[in-house]
Amino acid sequence: MYETVYHRATSTDDAVAKMAEAEDAKFVSGGMTLIPTMKQRLAAPSDLIDLRHIDAMKGIAIDGKKVTIGAATTHAEVASSSELADLCPAICNLAGHIGDPHVRHMGTIGGSIANNDPAADYPAAMIGLGAEIMTTKRTLPAEDFFVGMFETALEDDEIITAVSFTAPDKAAYSKFPNPASRYAMAGVFVAMNGGDARVAVTGAGSDGVFRHTGMEDALSSNWSADAVSDAEVDEGDMLSDLHGDARYRANLVKVMAKRAVAAAG
Amino acid sequence: MASVSIKVNGKDVSGEVEDRTLLVEFIRENLRLTGTHVGCDTSQCGACVVHMDGKAIKSCSILAAQANGSEITTIEGLANGSELHPMQTAFKENHGLQCGFCTPGMIMAATDMVRRYKESGRELDETAIREELEGNICRCTGYHNIVKSIQDAASKM
Repeated sequence: MYETVYHRATSTDDAVAKMAEAEDAKFVSGGMTLIPTMKQRLAAPSDLIDLRHIDAMKGIAIDGKKVTIGAATTHAEVASSSELADLCPAICNLAGHIGDPHVRHMGTIGGSIANNDPAADYPAAMIGLGAEIMTTKRTLPAEDFFVGMFETALEDDEIITAVSFTAPDKAAYSKFPNPASRYAMAGVFVAMNGGDARVAVTGAGSDGVFRHTGMEDALSSNWSADAVSDAEVDEGDMLSDLHGDARYRANLVKVMAKRAVAAAG
Repeated sequence: MASVSIKVNGKDVSGEVEDRTLLVEFIRENLRLTGTHVGCDTSQCGACVVHMDGKAIKSCSILAAQANGSEITTIEGLANGSELHPMQTAFKENHGLQCGFCTPGMIMAATDMVRRYKESGRELDETAIREELEGNICRCTGYHNIVKSIQDAASKM
């Protein structure tokens, strides 16, 4: 790892001020992607500004069907929240299958969506749930937040503070993990809310997470695994790499969507 | 340089380290607690698992500075004097290790696993143990006896 200077922020204002003073700083939350990336010398921020100790960014708040999750809330906390599981078990289940137990104790929802790894799980949930991403500057719909592979609408000095969504009538997430890395080869989040189905796909798209309106239309009129069969998944939009070609991934997307619909019930 | 003050196995320790120093480097090289191992060094294998504020984490994937102010338990802190922790005893009695390199991480992961399942009142059966070992690799592939050891200890913890 190249040299860096560590700072611990006490508040988001403090973090933003520290960012302004530094030459080429990065915010770090759990660090489960950033620290390994720095170890491989694929990232070399001059400064690291740690957001993990900002209390205002932690915790899960539930008000009726509205769920707000602080950006510094760990995957383990989301996975084990019984209150959240009563309202939206799909997101708990998703969080409980990110990485491994040790990674889930450190990694946070804010860190995951800020990184927008094309094979990460949370971006699919954010789009599938129609979540809003709250930052130190604004509130953005998830679809406007995720711009492309490892790219978001975040500015350099902007911090995600929380995400919020209305719990759907039903939802589920199904992923096919790469047997070695366990990252999603294809992960599909489906949600049904008041007759409107949403389908978000991670891991498979050549430009990161995306909504699949064809499957959404099919599921809105007929919520069943069969409805998914007739929808078209365009191979031209799929990733093609040594782990699986575009045709394979297009098929996986459908299979995962079917499994998710079946799991949502 | 970063000043790091942490409580390790019940004792307050501190040191001046480069900001880029990993927690596992601080534990092994500054504190000379070499029971915590570095296997893959890429967050995969879990040989470096320690507990930070009571939760299992991979000490190769966080900076010592990130852990400043926390309480750390390493494999050296599990036994009570000469009396082994029930998980250590179970690994010994069930032949839960072959070369032994992954064992400290396995045991730290296993005690965390048992704690979480007990706290949430869930049953830690064989399938659950195998799933929970997602983040720990045994290069000798000795999983069968590792799982047996954890099952054995879970009933005694």
